[in-house]
This record gives sequence, C-alpha cells and structure tokens, in this order.
Amino acid sequence: MVKRVAIVGIGTTGFRPVTPDVSFRELIFEAARKAYSDAGIEPSEIGGFVTAAEDFLEGYSIADEYCPDQIGAVLKPTQTIPGDFLHALATGYMMIMTGAFKTVAIEAHSKASNVKTIDDMMGFALDPVYNRPLRETPHAIAGLEMTRYMFETCTSSEQCAKVVVKNRGNAMRNPYAAFAAELTEKDVLGSEPVSLPLHRLDIAQHADGAVVAVLADDQTAQALGGTPIWIDGIGWCTDTPTLEMRDWGEAAYARIAAEMAYRMAGIANPRGLVDFAEICDEYSYKELQHMEALKFCNRGEAADMLESGATSLQGELPVNISGGALGVGHLFEASGAHKILELVEQLRGHAGARQIPDVNIGLAQVWRGVPTATGAVAILSNM
Amino acid sequence: MKLEDYELGGTHLRSSDFEKGKVLTTAWQPNLAYAWDNGVAIGRYLAELKEGRIVARVCHSCNRIMIPPRMFCELCFKPTDEWRYVKDTGTVNTFSVAHVNWDASRRGPKEPPLIPAVIEIDGASPGMGILHMLGGVSPNGITVGMRVEAVWKKPGERTGAITDILYFKPIRAAAAKSPRAAGKAKAGRKPAATRARSKR
Repeated sequence: MVKRVAIVGIGTTGFRPVTPDVSFRELIFEAARKAYSDAGIEPSEIGGFVTAAEDFLEGYSIADEYCPDQIGAVLKPTQTIPGDFLHALATGYMMIMTGAFKTVAIEAHSKASNVKTIDDMMGFALDPVYNRPLRETPHAIAGLEMTRYMFETCTSSEQCAKVVVKNRGNAMRNPYAAFAAELTEKDVLGSEPVSLPLHRLDIAQHADGAVVAVLADDQTAQALGGTPIWIDGIGWCTDTPTLEMRDWGEAAYARIAAEMAYRMAGIANPRGLVDFAEICDEYSYKELQHMEALKFCNRGEAADMLESGATSLQGELPVNISGGALGVGHLFEASGAHKILELVEQLRGHAGARQIPDVNIGLAQVWRGVPTATGAVAILSNM
Repeated sequence: MKLEDYELGGTHLRSSDFEKGKVLTTAWQPNLAYAWDNGVAIGRYLAELKEGRIVARVCHSCNRIMIPPRMFCELCFKPTDEWRYVKDTGTVNTFSVAHVNWDASRRGPKEPPLIPAVIEIDGASPGMGILHMLGGVSPNGITVGMRVEAVWKKPGERTGAITDILYFKPIRAAAAKSPRAAGKAKAGRKPAATRARSKR
C-alpha cells in the first residue's frame, strides 16, 4: 500500500518576459527533459501525465490535445486540468495513492507573451450579463479587494508597497527570475495608478517559462535514490464566483485550502512548524492577505510581521524568497509550478545564494488570479 | 418537499419572441489576439517554404526523418540531430471531399468541393508528411496511394506560410519512375501509421 508520495525530479526553463526563440513545445521539452534526467527516469517508464492549461491562454480550443509530444506522453494516460499546477499536483498525488500508478509527471507552462490581449482575455472571465457590460478593468476586482482588505486590517498602501520592494529585491538572488529589481516604496507608490489603491508596480508582470515535476510512490522514490521531497499535505478550495456576495476582506478560499493541507500534514501550529513559504503575491496586498489566511499570524498582523523582518531571508518565516510572482513573473497556470520548484530547491539545499539555512518544511500557496476565488496549498518536506 | 418543488420554473419561448425583441439579450464580441512563437523547428520550416523547399529533422536514435520538423524526438525524448531536405512530391495517405467550408457553411452550387489530404512526403519517414489540399483533380479521380506533387505560389508571393504551397496535384507521366509509386503502395504494405509506430 502506498503510504507517501514524493517529488523525485523537477526541471525548468527559468522565466523570462518573452521567449521568441522557442515554441511552447520546445520550451516545455527543455523542462521535461531536465525533470526526467533529474529523476533518473525515462518518460517511457512513467505511468501517467497531468498538465495544467487553459484554452484561452494557449490560443486554441481543446489545448489538452497538444500536450503529449513535448512531455513524452504519446499514447500514454494523459489529462489536462483547467487549473493551477497545484491542482495538477493534487491529481497526480491522488493517482499514485490509488496504487494504480507508481509515477506521474506534472507539467505547467506560461507563454503569456503570445497573448496580445491579456486584459481583454481576463475581462472575458467576468459574468457576461451583469458584470462585463460595465466594462471595468479586471484589475479593478483586485482594487476592490485591496480597499476592503486594507480597511478591515488597518493596513496601508505604504505597507503593501514594502511587499513589492522585498520580493523584487529577493529576485536579485534568483537566476530564474524575470523581474529582479532594487526598488523603494516611493518607486511603487509613485508608479502610475491603475485601479487605486493599486499602482502599476503593485501588479505582477507576466512571464514565460515551463516546469515539469515527477512524482513517485514511497517505494519507487527510495529505489530511484536522490533526495525525495515528500508531499505531506495538499488542499484546494473555491469560493462563490458571485462578486456581489464574496468575502472581499479575507481570502477564505486560501484559509480553507490551508486547513485541508494542514490537517493532512498533521500541522496544528503553522507558524511554529512551517520553515518557509512561497505564496501568491500577484498583487502586493495578496501576500499579506494570504499570510493571514495561512495562519502565519492573526488577521491584521501580516504587515507588522513584514515590517519586523520576520518574512525576510534571515527572518523566522521567510516568505517568497524566490521573488514571488512580483519578482519571478506572473505565470498563470504555472504559478504554483514555480513555487513548488522553489520549495524543492530549498529543501534539497540547492538554492544557492538564496538558500534558507536548516529548512525541513515548506509551504506553497496559489490563487487563480482575478476574477477567481480559487486557491490551493501544498506542504512539502525533506524528511 | 416534492421533486417539483425544486424546479425553478421559467417561461417557454418561441423564436418569434426573440425576433420581436420580447426577450432581452446581451451580446459580446471577445477581443482575443495571439502571436504564437514558431520556435526553432517550425520557424525554419516556414522560412524554407518561402524558398520553395521542404525541410525535415532527423533523429539518429530511431532514424526517423520527421516532417513537420521538430527539435526533439517525441519517442526517443532527446533532441533531434540534423536538418534534411525532402522532396515536394508524395503519396496520398488519406483524403476527404468537403462540400462545406471551414465555418460549416455550405459551398455554392458552382464552387467545387475542397479536398483536404494527408500527403506522405518523399524522403520523409513513412507515415509523415503534410496535411494540405488537393487540386487539379476531380474528386472521383482520387485514390489512396495516388502520387502527387506540390504546386507552389510564385517566389515573390510566398510569405513563409503553409499556404506558400497552393495545393498538391496528381503526377501523371513521371509516376512510374518513382520508387514509391502508387502501384507499389498496393503491394501489401502495412498501413503507414502502423509502420511509423512499430519503430518504438
């Protein structure tokens, strides 16, 4: 019987604002080939494949039909999840726990640079009858949430700007990151207003890139050697899509997804047990809102925790040491993939200049972006 | 509660109700634009089409000559090894006679049917080739195994697109000289797809 599931291999292209030199197939092949070599396994030996993709981002319908070649899945059990990489990871986890699969490969990528009308595409996600005719920018959904979050928690725009300064600064130590920068709060607050209180620099910019991970059951993981990184907990959750009814202050989808993952991992006190976290910061305030949903602190205390330095590389609970979405880039379906990549590198001790010392448990959390209220959480450990 | 109590009700409508504006509707025209990066393999494929040539990639592990070209072999799962030009002639693997347009509108009474076909290209591995259109031939005259050749746009009109080939037309006189002539295709060869996959 399968007791645990591990990540036994991972590969990536890194992330760049544009990738005109390669097709999405060539991009994904590089990540897949590296992941299989890292795991010491050939795709012909892998039992099943799960990818995360959305047709509107790919630019053609039934995009799942186009996934097999570049991940080595021709004539193999393959499926595509219209969700984040973490949803695909949860699916792969369940496939292995059934005992029907010893190994599963998970893929997600972003070719956001190929979508020339990203804001229109995001706006197309709004209800066509009673929201879309107002023709509000999709960023306004985040602006509405930011206002309510700051109101309920007495958080200021200056404090949100500090998230941007921290994360883009962290990206300076991450060779995969597309948007490393040394900024000041003044730069953020002085950038063009988008949908206030959001300024341009509060918003993560899109990047391209691919990540592939190989999962295995405990026996296969031990047999492959290497350093298996175990999936100790995983959870996911979606709030009502109705903008008129959702909780605008609290990220309830993240809180409930985290509770599911914590329960599975046997973690009662996250702040004491989680060593570091990669969480969604696609808008600056989201990092603070998500820290509270993940119970790293009480409601209204995330900004204080940030300002105390507790979430910096040297702090007690480093958050987004990779640079997060603000520093690495907004990767759409691959958002969770870059977070899992960072967790695996940190837990293996391979994170180079940004290595956090003595880490055993890491947490990854994603949000599906505006206008969704969907999130997922994964907890990984190296022991 | 009875099952009927869960029904949310509604009003039966006729198409005339819509035509008369009795029903309120909301329309939306999505603004979606994409510019796909061709990448290394398809980028060169299109550049060669502009020059009137068809190029393939070769995998030295399975020895397949692949068209459309790709920088990695999806079966050996390693990078492919070299470029190789192939001919602009080939053999019809399969075809269909389409009496409707791509948007499913019916073609007019004076418009000839469209004939999409998969053409196995000479010089590429069996079962590999180009999905294109047949022309210069009546639908009744087409057979699986028929020998065809590309009809290209004039050099100045080519743009580096699959449409730089206008269509494939039957090879008439020279067919007998080809090593993969139509007659040979009937001589008990395995279907193309089976042969391509048996390489694994």
